[in-house]
Amino acid sequence: MTTDTAVRHAITVAVSPEQAFSTFTAGFNSWWPRGHHIGEAELDAAVIEPREGGRWYERGVDGSECDWGKVLVWAPPRRLVLSWQLSSEWAYDADVWTEVEVTFSAEGPDRTRVELEHRGLDAYGDDMGKMRDSFDSPGGWRGLLEQYGAATVSG
Amino acid sequence: MGTYRQEQALHALGDPTRREIFERLTDGPLAVGELAQELPVSRPAVSQHLKVLKDAGLVFDRASGTRRVYQVDPAAVAALREYFDSFWGQALASFRAAAEEQQQEGT
Repeated sequence: MTTDTAVRHAITVAVSPEQAFSTFTAGFNSWWPRGHHIGEAELDAAVIEPREGGRWYERGVDGSECDWGKVLVWAPPRRLVLSWQLSSEWAYDADVWTEVEVTFSAEGPDRTRVELEHRGLDAYGDDMGKMRDSFDSPGGWRGLLEQYGAATVSG
Repeated sequence: MGTYRQEQALHALGDPTRREIFERLTDGPLAVGELAQELPVSRPAVSQHLKVLKDAGLVFDRASGTRRVYQVDPAAVAALREYFDSFWGQALASFRAAAEEQQQEGT
């Protein structure tokens, strides 16, 4: 039985690591899916503060702010680690601790591999990795990765 | 596995006592009485929490001799993980589009 309680994604983007890091952080609000917010108000902005110990939060159109977590590692343009402290009811909970690590590796001029790992998902129920093998199906995460790969090549 | 079921599963695990019950069941099947002994909640309360977990598809029950035991449904656990997986998949696809667009604007 595996103890893996993380999900991982890797994609390649046709930009430099500096640009990729900048878009991921300073430009966070430009790409974050608008439907993914935890406050009651519509999402105005989602923000990653550019420093270690900075906040990761959202601001609603009514001005209310909701924390998501913190910046644990700020190492542009190579690495970013955030804590994701949302309970399974999508509310900030200081007792919930999962981590999102993102690395940016140059693969060539204007070509960067972005790897994301969201780990510690056992915070949502112990032993999530029990059925890890089921994700090696075409509809599982491996299948999704192949789709992204295909989209990168064609795009 | 439908998204609605995953939302329901996440909601069911939002309660600390239910999360505790769920985590104990990941170690192996247990009867209501056994869970009630180990937790600071009454037997009827345990039954009620188990019902919510069962309705969310996270656990199922079966007869074991004269007892009724509850156990974790591995497929539901996989579904929770899949939920986060598809969530990040969508987010990163959006990220890539934004990064490549911003690069073009900058040149």
